[in-house]
Amino acid sequence: MRATEIDFRHELISLGGVVERNVYLVRRYIWWDVAFFLWTVANTLTIVFIAKGIEAGGGTIDVNRVTTQLLIGAVIWAYLGIIFEVLTETVAWERWEGTIEYTFMAPLSRPVHLFGMGLFAIVFGLIRAGLLFTVVAFFFDLNMPDAHFVAAFVVLVVASVSFIGIGMMTAVLPLISPEKGTQLGFIAQGMLLVVSGVYYSVDVLPQWMQWLATISPATYALDGIRDAIIGGDGLTQMGDEIWPLVVIGAVSIPLGLWVFSLGERYAKRHGKLKRSG
Amino acid sequence: MDTHARTAPTQLPSADLTTAVEVVDLRKVFLRRDKRAGRFSRRRRPVPAIKGLTFSIARGECVAILGQNGSGKSTLVRLLSTLLLHDGGSAHVFGHDVFRESRAVRRLVNRVSVEASFFKKMSASENLSYAARFYGMAAGETKDRIPEILGRVGFPVERRSEPMEALSRGMQQKVALARALLTSPVLLLLDEPTTGLDPRSKREVQDFIREIRGSHDSTVLLCTHDLDEAEALADRVGILDRGELLALEPADVLRERFGGGTLEDAFFAATGRSFEEETPEEDEDREVFA
Repeated sequence: MRATEIDFRHELISLGGVVERNVYLVRRYIWWDVAFFLWTVANTLTIVFIAKGIEAGGGTIDVNRVTTQLLIGAVIWAYLGIIFEVLTETVAWERWEGTIEYTFMAPLSRPVHLFGMGLFAIVFGLIRAGLLFTVVAFFFDLNMPDAHFVAAFVVLVVASVSFIGIGMMTAVLPLISPEKGTQLGFIAQGMLLVVSGVYYSVDVLPQWMQWLATISPATYALDGIRDAIIGGDGLTQMGDEIWPLVVIGAVSIPLGLWVFSLGERYAKRHGKLKRSG
Repeated sequence: MDTHARTAPTQLPSADLTTAVEVVDLRKVFLRRDKRAGRFSRRRRPVPAIKGLTFSIARGECVAILGQNGSGKSTLVRLLSTLLLHDGGSAHVFGHDVFRESRAVRRLVNRVSVEASFFKKMSASENLSYAARFYGMAAGETKDRIPEILGRVGFPVERRSEPMEALSRGMQQKVALARALLTSPVLLLLDEPTTGLDPRSKREVQDFIREIRGSHDSTVLLCTHDLDEAEALADRVGILDRGELLALEPADVLRERFGGGTLEDAFFAATGRSFEEETPEEDEDREVFA
């Protein structure tokens, strides 16, 4: 085999190794994941019941539509939370277990390392989001006659590329601040969703937040998924959502890798690439 | 004075396959909060961790570096592991620049440190599989290799599926040795690998280090504060004190040169302090290097 082929094979094996490790960890912590899922269900219900609450309070709204709209927002919130959490664990969990030095001194390229974490995050997040949607929808007897689930799924997968790029930027935070870096990741998640119309239309936001919404991938993901599930739009009608997502993804991945490399360099310069921080 | 240890050549010696490690005038400085500037000041002051180290290690050689806590031993290991960036000088591993060709160096190096460091809920097998993948070893290769190497380090193979947290400290350290050897490193960095182990586990780990030197064509850099271990395992012993390498010679030459009956006496003569002695201020300043 030529050197480049060997290198490529090594990278693929390494990528598989990152995914494999996460699968082992899910298996070992499965009951904690179940508990966390139950918490997410409860949290989602508190939001989705708002539509029925408004109706019960005398408001005149299309309960089915608003409930579905809120449900999609809550599911995307939970999905994004998983993406950021898994990517932040690239550093945070390894540092906590003390394996960080062994992983970062291994001949594994950082992009492959981060893509491996991202790949696992997407697969795990999609399964979890699908379950969450199904379980919560069951509570409301929702009527979605026109729903185009395949189109919604494709939009979420395309948006995930951008989410991974942004997640790479937040993954570096525990390298810079071992104590508080992980929490800063949650702040990034909240900021991203608040400008993206997670439970409301972006039109209600102040102008400067609307401008931020245009560069947030979550805006297009939420719009696209709502159009597919509520409006019944197919992929051919999703150009306004898919293309911005492709462009933002093409920018955010190299940007994420670059930001992570800066953080890694900082950590190596200041001796932060170690277990105790 | 050993020329390997003290002379700082102006040119990098030509790298060849007989030189495993070539360190020239290597320096590392950390920044620490300057407490003298006041409680709320954010001013930092530089604290040198490694001060112009120059030495080389021949292929197949075992070199022990002795030093107190905070002497810079772990900083040296972390520099050679590509986990730290240097502030001056150079370091080469088998001719590869540690800081510019870090991926090439990473393929050649592995380490065992004082903390075994594993995913504690994962089993020995799972942890080793994870580590091996990063070195390009597919599942087919590790399936038989992991039990084999665990057996070689004296780990009870039938316990390989138990979570690491269920294993004793000695057992975990054996898995750490297996992890390092699984990737067949040509340079093995051992950072206090037997600290905290009971005498039996310590002896087993030391026996294994001897064995791999014979069977693996491995070069070993052993950082320790165990004088007996250094003398028993190493071809040459270095004395690292406050980031400076004061000597690097065979143990008997070291004893003779510093007029001490034991290596501890030699250490005292070389540094002017006993092996365990440290002042509180030094501790505080140098704890960042651990």
